[in-house]
This record gives sequence, C-alpha cells and structure tokens, in this order.
Amino acid sequence: MRDLLAAVVAVGAVGLTLSVAFLILGAPDLAVAQLVVEIICLVILVRTTLSRDRVDAWGMRSDAAAACAAAFAAAFLLTAAAAMRALPPFGAPLMRLGGVYLARGAAGGKAGLNVVGKIIGNYRAYDALGEATILFAAVMGVLALLRKVGVKDDGGAGRGR
Amino acid sequence: MRDRRPGEGMTLTVRTITRLTAGLILLFGFSIAIEAHGAPGGGFAGGVIIALAFIHLILGFGKRACRRNLSRTFPSFAARLDAPLLISVAMAALLCAFTAHSALAGRGLDMEPYGALLEEALQLFVAVTVAAGLVAIFSGLAAMRIDRR
Amino acid sequence: MTAYLLASLLFLVGIYSAATKRNLIKIIIGLGISGYAINLFFVLLGYRAGGRAPIFPEALAAGEMVDPLPQALVLMFIVVGLGATSLLSALAVRLYEKHGTFDVRRMRRLRG
Repeated sequence: MRDLLAAVVAVGAVGLTLSVAFLILGAPDLAVAQLVVEIICLVILVRTTLSRDRVDAWGMRSDAAAACAAAFAAAFLLTAAAAMRALPPFGAPLMRLGGVYLARGAAGGKAGLNVVGKIIGNYRAYDALGEATILFAAVMGVLALLRKVGVKDDGGAGRGR
Repeated sequence: MRDRRPGEGMTLTVRTITRLTAGLILLFGFSIAIEAHGAPGGGFAGGVIIALAFIHLILGFGKRACRRNLSRTFPSFAARLDAPLLISVAMAALLCAFTAHSALAGRGLDMEPYGALLEEALQLFVAVTVAAGLVAIFSGLAAMRIDRR
Repeated sequence: MTAYLLASLLFLVGIYSAATKRNLIKIIIGLGISGYAINLFFVLLGYRAGGRAPIFPEALAAGEMVDPLPQALVLMFIVVGLGATSLLSALAVRLYEKHGTFDVRRMRRLRG
C-alpha cells in the first residue's frame, strides 16, 4: 500500500466492519458508538495526512526481522490458545457480575430499557467519570500541543508571539 | 482543487448541501443523546454526532467564514453555563437518591421512581461537553498552518 | 475458541504495524487496530449463542440475553481510544512541522 491516504481509508473500512460485527454480536450500543467514533477518527487522520508528504518506498525487509516477527507471532498465538482453554466456550458466557447487576437492578425491566446505559449510569459511574477525565485530558493535550505561542525554535525569531 | 487558497471552503454545491443538512445532523445528535433511556445511543454518541455537524460546517464553508460568522460569545457562554447546570443536575439526582428507599445501601443508585428525566438531562449535558471537546480538537487541527521549512 | 484466536490474530496485525512501520501515521493506525481487536475480544467473551441485545423489549429473563457488562466496558474504551488517536495525531502533526517528514528514522537523523 503505497499511499498514506489509502491506508487511512482502509482503517476506516476496518472500523466500519467492526461496527457491523458489533451489530451482529448483539451490541447495538457499541455499534452506534463505534460508527461515530470511526467517522471522527477518519476525519482527524485525513486532516493530519492530507497534503503532507507522500510515502517513500520502504526497503527494510530483512530475513532476520521477518523471522523474529514470525517467531513472536507464533509464541503469542500459542500462549493465547493455552490461556483461552480456561475461558468459557464461545457462545456461553459466564455472566457472573453481569448476572448480578441484572438480577439486582435492571431486571425489574420495564419495556424498552437499555441495560448497558443503565449499568454505566447506576453501577459503573466512576468508570464514566474516569473516561470523561481521560477524554478531556486528551483535549487539553491536543490544544496544548497545537498552540501557536511558546514554540520558540521553530520558525524565525518571535514569529509565534 | 489545489489552487484555491486554504481556509476558503468548498464549491457552491457542497455549501448548499451543507446548509441543508447541518441542522438535521445537529437535531439527530440531540435526539440520539436524549433517547438513551430505551434505545441504543447515549450521551457520548450523540455528542460525537453534534460535533460532526459542526465539523461539517467548518469543512464546507472554510474556517475563515466560520470564524467570521459564528459568534464567539455564545459558545463561551454555553461552556460557562454547562458546568453549573451539570452540577445542579447531579445534585438533584443525589437528592432523589437519598430520599429514595435504601438507595445507597448496596443497591446502587436507582433513579427509577423519578423517571427518565434526570437521566436524559445528564446525557444531554454529557453530549454537549463531548461535542465541545471534539470541536475544540478539530478546530485546533484545522487551524494549523502547514509550512515546511 | 476459533473466534478468540482470530481476534488475537487481529491484535497481532496491529502490533506488527505499530512495531515495524517507519511512518508515524501507520504506527497510529496499528495502535488503533490493536485497540479494535481488544474491543472485539471483550464483546466475543460476552456473546451468547442466539442471545438478544441487552435492551428489554418486554420482561425478559437474564438467561436469554448477551452479557451487558463487557459492552459497558468496551463503550468506555472506545471513547478512550478516540482521545488517544487524536492526541497521537496532534503529536504527529507537531513532529511533522519540526522535521518536515513522518519518517521516524529521518526524524532521528535530523535531530542532531
């Protein structure tokens, strides 16, 4: 894949396919969130890569590196397969904590109740707080990185003032 | 395409379509944010859609026109109003929880007897804050000038 | 089991891209793909065969539903991944302004 923009669009396609996979796996909440997040990630990445440099030809294929990568992949997959023996089989979840939440609170179940939103709002509110904190720390980081004032050694003298 | 000056926006077709659809996208974002009680969606997804409406405007009309025409006082006013409103909604929710039966005794916070109103207000404020943050990120990226030495 | 292994294969693809590419944007994309793989793995863990989405259409027993807890956790991680991607791309833009390239090696060489 020679072009950087093609890579960005391809990762957008991966994200949209993941959204469809969430929809099939019974998670419409996640499908909506993944869809919108993918679109905004695509916009940000395209804005980053557009009209910047074209990709050079890569020439670092060496046999040793490929062998190292293959060995690492094989070791990772073997370890993962050994660890996944202990998991419940696919299609029959354990549902220990989720079952507790359902039995306690949300299973009083009026019609049309979104259980995922209920769990976040009622039992996992600190998670939501930490998530919002991380998101706004990221916003502050972006704005601090992209500000004009304070970049001393970039352009001419005193250009940023 | 390349010879236009940066920050000027796109062609007349794109501008017209943008003018027609941006309001609808904004409305859709608010509805996604509010209807989190019974449908998939929620404050975060709604906030991202609201931010996408504004990004749509910025991309279609160019950042200069947006800086000229969008007022500066309203976003800062909204940003200042948002935090106290959010805190007051949270306080109201906490008060309801205290008055509710055994709400804090290991059951988790249950806002069920007070309906979905508080929850929807909370989701709405989450949506507005998320949208503000994402528009800030995008306008920071869009305001960067690309200059190679 | 096969689905779990395929999700970890996707994770490996992302890690490979992040570890061996020299372009900063491709490194960001690789980290994003590994994040997708982790999300997918969590959702696969909570999947019930023939289960319904965790929205009560009427009064529904807990045994007929997909596990809602991994979905709540993954919803958090999607947001955090968005913040991470935007922060990384801001860093990449800043590095591009300083060095004039996205290439990591030439960046190191220009550093001096």
